[in-house]
Amino acid sequence: MSDYILQMKNISKTFPGVKALDNVELEVKKGEVHALIGENGAGKSTLIKILAGIHKPDPGAKFYFEGEEAKINKPIDATLKGVSIIYQDLSLFPNLSVAENIYIGQDSNKKPWKKINWKNIKKTAERALEELEVDIDPNTTVERLSIAQQQLVEIARALAFEAKLIVMDEPTSALSSSEVEKLYRVVDKLSSRGISIIFISHKLKELFRVSDRFTVLRDGKYVGSYQTEEIDESKLINLMVGRDVSYEKNEKEVETGETIFQISNFSKQGNFKDISFSLKKGEVLGITGLVGSGRTELAQAIFGVNKPDSGELKIYGNDVQIRSSADAVKKGVAYIPEARQTQGLVLEQSIINNISLPILNRMRNKLKLIDRKSEVQLAEQYIKSLDVRPALPDLPASKLSGGNQQKVVIGKWLSAQPKILIIDEPTNGIDIGAKTEIHKLLRRLANDGIGVIMISSELPEILAVSDRVLVMRQGRISGELGIKEATQEKIMSYALNSGNKDESSEVLNEPNQVSQGV
Amino acid sequence: MKLSKESILGLIALGTFLLLALIAPGFLSSNNITSMMFQLPEFGLIALAMMVVIVTGGIDLSITYIAALSGVGAALMLTNGYGMLPAIIVAILFALACGAFNGFVISKIGVSPILVTLGTMVLFEGIILAITKGNSISGFSDGYSLIGNGYYLGLVPLSIVIFVLFAIITAILLSKTSWGRSVYMYGSNETATLFSGVKNSRVLMKVYLYASLLAAISAIIMTSRYNSVKVDLGSSYLLQSVAAAVLGGTNIHGGYGKVIGTVYAVMIFQFIRNGLNLLGFHSSLVDVVIGAILILVLAMNFFSDKFKKAAETRKAEKAA
Repeated sequence: MSDYILQMKNISKTFPGVKALDNVELEVKKGEVHALIGENGAGKSTLIKILAGIHKPDPGAKFYFEGEEAKINKPIDATLKGVSIIYQDLSLFPNLSVAENIYIGQDSNKKPWKKINWKNIKKTAERALEELEVDIDPNTTVERLSIAQQQLVEIARALAFEAKLIVMDEPTSALSSSEVEKLYRVVDKLSSRGISIIFISHKLKELFRVSDRFTVLRDGKYVGSYQTEEIDESKLINLMVGRDVSYEKNEKEVETGETIFQISNFSKQGNFKDISFSLKKGEVLGITGLVGSGRTELAQAIFGVNKPDSGELKIYGNDVQIRSSADAVKKGVAYIPEARQTQGLVLEQSIINNISLPILNRMRNKLKLIDRKSEVQLAEQYIKSLDVRPALPDLPASKLSGGNQQKVVIGKWLSAQPKILIIDEPTNGIDIGAKTEIHKLLRRLANDGIGVIMISSELPEILAVSDRVLVMRQGRISGELGIKEATQEKIMSYALNSGNKDESSEVLNEPNQVSQGV
Repeated sequence: MKLSKESILGLIALGTFLLLALIAPGFLSSNNITSMMFQLPEFGLIALAMMVVIVTGGIDLSITYIAALSGVGAALMLTNGYGMLPAIIVAILFALACGAFNGFVISKIGVSPILVTLGTMVLFEGIILAITKGNSISGFSDGYSLIGNGYYLGLVPLSIVIFVLFAIITAILLSKTSWGRSVYMYGSNETATLFSGVKNSRVLMKVYLYASLLAAISAIIMTSRYNSVKVDLGSSYLLQSVAAAVLGGTNIHGGYGKVIGTVYAVMIFQFIRNGLNLLGFHSSLVDVVIGAILILVLAMNFFSDKFKKAAETRKAEKAA
């Protein structure tokens, strides 16, 4: 018999245009808690989805369960091998009872006309909940439970399925500190029973608390697997960020001028707290931090689509109120969202219609009708200056590649002639050539006097484009670095703020604060 | 040269017309043609109203009751001795009030259109019943009855002129104004319009107001033509108007829809109803035929959309 419950070897995954995983491996011993670590976009989720049978790996991948080779083609294959996955945004049926949720899927082979054995369902649920030593009534409807309790129900479901390997994807991100402690105890209990756990988390402290071993991924590549005891935090940060990828530097080319943009004391309950910063003419300000650190919420608050509880905003020294996105456009603030395809573009509409959208009112002739000619001209101008390919203004935006779609979104906002441009994950899912093009473009815009705020999780990108870097953690600014002093390691340690048990974490982590995904 | 969805539908309308001209006795007689022209506008206006709403991804189930309430408003004025113009103004105001209510609940509170208008459908019906006590109001002035029964220049029914006029206005509003463009963009992706500085709720409010305006015009034509109004005025047009909009190429999920397509669809409905009547078909059979055509055209649209998308992809790949 093998010591390993799971071995995955030669795992690669290519999405159109992007290599998400490149020859990755993962080995988990029986009864161990194995942490899977990496920055946003390192490939953790993709790897787990391959294990779950949701994504198909590229040819050549090998899976071994307890030493025996197996094929995973669809989710049921993984379930039958004893793999249970607890996703971040849980996958329970909110309207069904706890017992039904625990039991669901067990009867999948039963003939549909066979009567349901309710007694059996309840017994299964009770047994699983007992095993976890948690006090949840199996008759309760799941939607009445807190997130922490729902998580326990998922774990109970895994037990009812006699799972040998449970994957927990950022299980503590929505829990309060006392709930987190409880979860740790459950994890300890499971592993003492011989069940293996793959634990995914960003919180270093937590990994040191629960894991026996860990595997680090970086940019879709396998970095290594280590015993947790052998490694300290700074070494771990090094493993996570010590990468070879770096982009061409886009250094400042003009003198930094007057302060053009300033926010003070921006706060919103559950999103971010006491954020103040300013931006000077000619400068690119980078904002980074882990996903969920409040960066996007902050940007959307500035743009008027996520109303802050308090805070003042100044543009060119004047107090400005932005109550809606329409206000923002009027006041010269543009925001390019991270979700290009759902928030940035109207995909089935043409490039022309997308580019003119924020300034339709400025496209009107004397009769108040849209002047198609100037609209087409506008689109052609940006297609040319941003080198959008193919250069077909009538083409629906959905037919463009990611990089060209992003250029259309940028063109759309340049047409509005903003004073401030906030761009969220500018090169997410874009191939490397287009990435450097967009980096250059952002620098060019700053040179032209537009205040550029770039939010990015990708540290090499932050380092390549920004003049100044703000790091956010759990809704607050945890550090500010000039580009000269900034390194990936420094940024990462601000983002994770390893070590001290902290003052501010409750801004984000109050129970029931996190939306349950309607 | 590829034909658009709408041109294909136009050809189908023409084909139906020619076919019925051949097989249905008296279809081409000037009497029959005129009578079709008198019947079409009231339904056509409701269908256009429904189309505009569907382009935003919504639906207005209260639209015919808005029309009925608006007709009641006109009737009350006329039977109380007011002239034609005040009656028309009151009809329009009644409808706009209904539209504003729908628009407010949908755009500001954010309840889904199907629920809101299902509620207001019953609400408006109740208001009409409270006013009319279930009776019909009738007996309007001769001048008023000319709107639905008179001729323009002694030649073309006045009501069809009104319909064409509003069809053109709707087409211009949708395709040439920033509001119209926002309607399509909103219907395709309301999150993206929000993130582009479009005032979503204002766009939506105007949509429900405009739909109710069209319902009011339809109500004026109907009350004038029937010389009476009661609670079920035009109610049979409710689901037919959804069918006409969809047959006309409007995407039920929003984002696409053209006036000309809906007009062709309304014409096809009119030709078939009238032609089959002349052929002596029972009215239930007429519904069977219309239902069958609807399904057929929708299936065709589905496949032609698929081909079109594939062609666009090829075009993009070739150019890139």
